[in-house]
Amino acid sequence: MSDLPPWLAFFTFTSVNVVFVTAGCMLIGITGGTLGSFAYLRKRSLLGDALAHAALPGVCVAFLLTGTKDPLVILLGSVAACWLGAITIDAITAYTRVKEDSALGMVLSVYFGVGVLLLTYIQQSGNPNQAGLDAFLFGEAASMVQRDVWTLAGAGGLACFCVVLAYKELKLLAFDPDFAHSLGFNRRLLEVFLSTLIVIAVAIGLQAVGVVLMAAMLVTPAAAARYWTDRLGVMLLLAAGIGAASGFMGAYASYLAPRMPTGPWMVLAASALFFLSMVLSPRAGIVPRLYRHLRQRRRTAEENVLRTLYLLDERRHRPDGHFSLGEVIEHRPMPLGTLRRVLLRLERNGRVRASSVGLFTLTESGRARGERLTRLHRLWELYLTSKLDIAPDHVHDDAEEIEHILTPELEERLLAALNHPETDPHARVIPGLRSRSEEP
Amino acid sequence: MSTDDGSCPIEVHDLTVAYHHRPVLWDMDALFPDGKLIAIVGPNGAGKSTLLKAIMGLVPLASGFVKIRGNTGKAARTAIAYVPQRGSVDWDFPTTALDVVLMGRYGHLPLFARPRKRDRDIARQCLEQVGMSEFANRQISQLSGGQQQRVFLARALAQQARIYLMDEPFQGVDAATETAIVDLLRTLREQGSTVVVVHHDLQTVREYFDWVMLVNLRQIAFGPVEAVFTHENLQAAYGGRLQLLTDVGEQMRQREWRARHE
Amino acid sequence: MSETIWIILIGSLVASSCALVGCFLILRRLAMLSDAISHAVLPGIVLAFLISGGVGLLPALLGAGVFGVLTVVATDLMQRYGRVQSDAAIGVVFTVFFALGVVLISALSGQVHLDAEHVLFGEILYAPFNTWTVLGMDIPRAAIIMGGVTVLNIAFVILCYKQLKVCAFDPQLAASIGISVVFWHYALMAAVSMTTVASFESVGVVIVVAMLIVPANTAYMLTDRLGWMLILAVIAGILSTVGGYALAALLDGSIAGAMATVSGVLFALAALFSPTHGVLIRRRRALRLEPSDPNIGQAGP
Repeated sequence: MSDLPPWLAFFTFTSVNVVFVTAGCMLIGITGGTLGSFAYLRKRSLLGDALAHAALPGVCVAFLLTGTKDPLVILLGSVAACWLGAITIDAITAYTRVKEDSALGMVLSVYFGVGVLLLTYIQQSGNPNQAGLDAFLFGEAASMVQRDVWTLAGAGGLACFCVVLAYKELKLLAFDPDFAHSLGFNRRLLEVFLSTLIVIAVAIGLQAVGVVLMAAMLVTPAAAARYWTDRLGVMLLLAAGIGAASGFMGAYASYLAPRMPTGPWMVLAASALFFLSMVLSPRAGIVPRLYRHLRQRRRTAEENVLRTLYLLDERRHRPDGHFSLGEVIEHRPMPLGTLRRVLLRLERNGRVRASSVGLFTLTESGRARGERLTRLHRLWELYLTSKLDIAPDHVHDDAEEIEHILTPELEERLLAALNHPETDPHARVIPGLRSRSEEP
Repeated sequence: MSTDDGSCPIEVHDLTVAYHHRPVLWDMDALFPDGKLIAIVGPNGAGKSTLLKAIMGLVPLASGFVKIRGNTGKAARTAIAYVPQRGSVDWDFPTTALDVVLMGRYGHLPLFARPRKRDRDIARQCLEQVGMSEFANRQISQLSGGQQQRVFLARALAQQARIYLMDEPFQGVDAATETAIVDLLRTLREQGSTVVVVHHDLQTVREYFDWVMLVNLRQIAFGPVEAVFTHENLQAAYGGRLQLLTDVGEQMRQREWRARHE
Repeated sequence: MSETIWIILIGSLVASSCALVGCFLILRRLAMLSDAISHAVLPGIVLAFLISGGVGLLPALLGAGVFGVLTVVATDLMQRYGRVQSDAAIGVVFTVFFALGVVLISALSGQVHLDAEHVLFGEILYAPFNTWTVLGMDIPRAAIIMGGVTVLNIAFVILCYKQLKVCAFDPQLAASIGISVVFWHYALMAAVSMTTVASFESVGVVIVVAMLIVPANTAYMLTDRLGWMLILAVIAGILSTVGGYALAALLDGSIAGAMATVSGVLFALAALFSPTHGVLIRRRRALRLEPSDPNIGQAGP
């Protein structure tokens, strides 16, 4: 009863239905993210997909046995069928030579086929198109009532509670099952336990978001969370958070477009978060990696130019030389435009100074840098030739790379290993040895 | 022995190979001699398997090149038969021992052709050579470790290459199989083939091989066994004073360093 | 010809063409990728309907085919550049596509008269009535299309047998003798996509997955020779079709569902009773400690 436009009205949470749907979806997302993390780490992300499809015959059998469509009955039927599916997958992989991916696919398609058969039998229609499978396929989030939300909360809460309870066992199972076994944990039991939790999550979520989309809730939030951390606890929290956010956004989108089912919007939201994680996350994201790589290239180019200027000075046996771009390029070929840009940056950083027109010279800090790089270069060449017996004409290219990587600590060890030498394999002096120059 | 006119079976020059940005082989030069049994030895993680893979073009090179009889490129590699370590295959695959050996002939067959009787005969002969004739129709997971190894050797023989690369063929085999393999290698040498073997057992190097290469992240020595297999060189190889090199490599890995060639 | 014969023929063609490429699919451990393709084609079909403005078959096949290939490519790219593990990559890609498809269907429900269930289950029951006229005869178009696909798959498997086999068994050997593993991977996945897409009109997308992998696994349990595996898989597929038809007639239920069910039963029988690899046989062997098994008392592979 407000005059706000729909996109704002949502946030007033005056409609009870809105609250239930949103809460329900968020709960599904949280449960899916948490349990999906374990599935992800066991490299069984698609288990949710297989089990979600496997639930169908359970629903049918439950109906056949009880004659009702009571939600609780349906839920129990789903759980039973999912559980049976999980056992079948385990049995196939453990007792036959069939591989895991085939086991998942077979349970998925055969159980689903049985379900379709039963459903059409119930409807007595031979044609599955009239079987009213919409609810199973796409879920009925929009018709969630309070009771549904309590069921979701209860089951989800139970699942999360179990995760907390068995945290260290589940952690071991995820990372090193053989070690868990050797410590005396009953590995089979743990696996069954984990599978049961996943079964519960799947069966519950099915009602709201449907088959395929429940599978997504078990894969995508966990995969997204993985990009941000290496620690299990953090990953679980993040996955739960991403799941919750997806649920919220899905409910919101569905509110704005009432004819659309909520499930797909949840999936699209989760997938968007996943793609953002894949592209942007600092640790492993594509963009940060690219950025780091480019930055590294820039730095290398700058250091190379500094070293060239230092060498040019060295050749003249006096410091403070002023050099043109042409002279630099003669010593170290590179495109003119690149050199100009590098020199500009070096100027900004205070490593070089532009003197009169078109000539450059090293500043104090620039000289120290160049000296250090040259020292590292020659030390490394010496190390390769004297300690590793590598041919002297092979070592220059190596040193060109390594000079950019050696830290002060590694430099110390290098000096110690070489017994504080004076000249490199090509009989050039190794500069700056007496004075321990600080990093500018 | 080794020349530069292209008859050298394998030439390696300034070879550096990195794994996840960390160099595992540094600046290696080697001219492999023709018609010899050559062992490659070194401690674990020394880069021996990597060297074989680099020669086969299965891993990218951070620097340098590999020439097979003076040629580079994919066509040149078909002159080599490569026997990798046993773990890399699907043992449940529906294929018999004879089938596996027959696959060695595929390189000689045009795109849509089926193996002909001649190929089958060659395959049977190769199985015979390794003493596995009676197991021709056994599915490979029914074979013991030593038997599987022999089947893969037979496959290499079926390729009818003149250069063989073998990665730890003696690992985990029983004494009888080991003798059989050594005899086979000697036969190959008599036929003029070059056989390069990553070998794990220092005790048998002198007995089995003509030349030896000592490797530990880089080449320490390479030459005839009597000259090269000395206490001094072994010390250098197994002495383990390469912490600096390893740590530098670790730095490169952490910084995701990309070498100039990438 | 009676409808029954047509239905069984079409079903058998579906099962056969699926079984042939399915064998290589399972040997390369790509079973779930086929499941992914079968779900991910949904938006392609919807878009095809939208663009072509009707219920034409060819646009739908094309749209589905495009998305099938897209799925494989996207999964590949994500694994390589996004550093995602393979199962998660598959899961993310196909659920996104499927969700897109559902959204499109809902959004365009005015313009697109498309039942999602139509896509998902097919309607083999009506297939005999949808005919093309060929050489003066009315032949169900599903039979023509599936016949064509089957012939293509047979040709593919026979001509490229060596390459498919060695790429599945030992990719390293393949690379070292000059066979491009990447090329044959995409060739196989193209065949799978084509087969999936052509079949979904008859049996729908989920049951197609059953036809791709269950008879192949049944054959896998029965033999150690790849050639025999292909033949047995086709036989298992045809038996699933016939048995499925009978079961569906008995229960007055979905033929596609029954086909999947029967294929599962056949697999279970093979898994238990196979003379070479069956569970019961192995149990008996272990109890008797038959000396013919050389792996007893020795470290296995």
